[in-house]
Amino acid sequence: MTLTTRADKSTAGMVKPLHDSRENAPERRLRPIPFIITFLVMMSMWVIFSGKFDPFHLTLGVISCLIVAYLSSDLLITATTLRKIPLLWGGFLFYFPWLLWQIVLANIHVLKLVFHPDMINRINPQMVHFKSKLKNDMALVTFANSITLTPGTITVSLSLYGDFSVHAIDDASASPLPGDMESKSGRIFGE
Amino acid sequence: MEIDIMTIIVGGLLAIGLFFFLAGAIGIIRFPDFYSRLHPAGMIDSMGLLLSMSGLALFTLFDGGLCLASVLNSLKIALIVVFVYITSPTATHAIIDAGMRAGLKPWTKKRNPQSK
Amino acid sequence: MEQVILYSGIALALIMALSLYRTLVGPTILDRLIGVNAIGSETTVLLIIIGVLYKKVDMFIDIALAYALLNFIAVLASARYFHKRKGLSDESNDY
Repeated sequence: MTLTTRADKSTAGMVKPLHDSRENAPERRLRPIPFIITFLVMMSMWVIFSGKFDPFHLTLGVISCLIVAYLSSDLLITATTLRKIPLLWGGFLFYFPWLLWQIVLANIHVLKLVFHPDMINRINPQMVHFKSKLKNDMALVTFANSITLTPGTITVSLSLYGDFSVHAIDDASASPLPGDMESKSGRIFGE
Repeated sequence: MEIDIMTIIVGGLLAIGLFFFLAGAIGIIRFPDFYSRLHPAGMIDSMGLLLSMSGLALFTLFDGGLCLASVLNSLKIALIVVFVYITSPTATHAIIDAGMRAGLKPWTKKRNPQSK
Repeated sequence: MEQVILYSGIALALIMALSLYRTLVGPTILDRLIGVNAIGSETTVLLIIIGVLYKKVDMFIDIALAYALLNFIAVLASARYFHKRKGLSDESNDY
């Protein structure tokens, strides 16, 4: 880090944060393509939730969507993923039906456990610890959310380096971890 | 009173969704400790909500003819499901993390060897 | 058709009463929170059923969406609040 700014001097006494995006980023300027994409997403949301098509409501929608898109277009679409956006959404499109099918299977498994008369001897609650191969932050978060969304397994903690702690309800839920879900959620983000 | 195919589909989806709701409620009552009770609660959020909401969205879509207003209403119901699917893991993780920080010990078979 | 949805609503209300058991009895506060979360999810469906029965779906969908938002925020806030209660672990010694 060669450039010394005023922010460096003012925070000299404090602990330096890991990622300070204000230092690394150049000056804030509006990038047109993320702005347009954000505006279109916001506008379609407005039309769906409003349901009115007279000029008054549409003008209100355009004004508020312009403000929101100006303020937060760099939050929805970050610079590194701009080129990979079609790949990303295509990956989600292929990943989500598979995830839904896994959710259905896990639901039927937990359903059998709930109505089993000898339930207390069939369950075996346990904590499973494993280390994931994924490196990308978003891939890790998607993987953790997918684990929590399937009944029978809940992510308890997740570190930055991919150390998972998962609470599982019985052996049949615990044994296939990390399984296919890790590679499939990693494939969305190109790993 | 005629029974058409829409009644069967919508009623079937609603009935299966309500069955999952019932299973979740019974599971919350029956399971032995706080950590294992979260699993049936996740079942309520994932499957019961999806099936009953899709039944209601189908009913809203075809009730009184296919027009723009009913399509928009069905889209809104679908957006509720999408929203719950995004937020439900976060809420579940917040609850289980609170339990971990408060120091609740998980129920295991080793500590309760004969539970009858 | 309305009859099916009406009976579904009544059954859903009974299931909500069943979920209320854990909210009232539950040994720890977090158990009560699980019950509250489950009841909130069921209320979202019940609101849309009420809207279908009253022929005002467009109004009740917005209420249901706001209720789902509020349920999420309430569970998140109370989970963040109660994680410091050390008396929580004493309450659960009876099993």
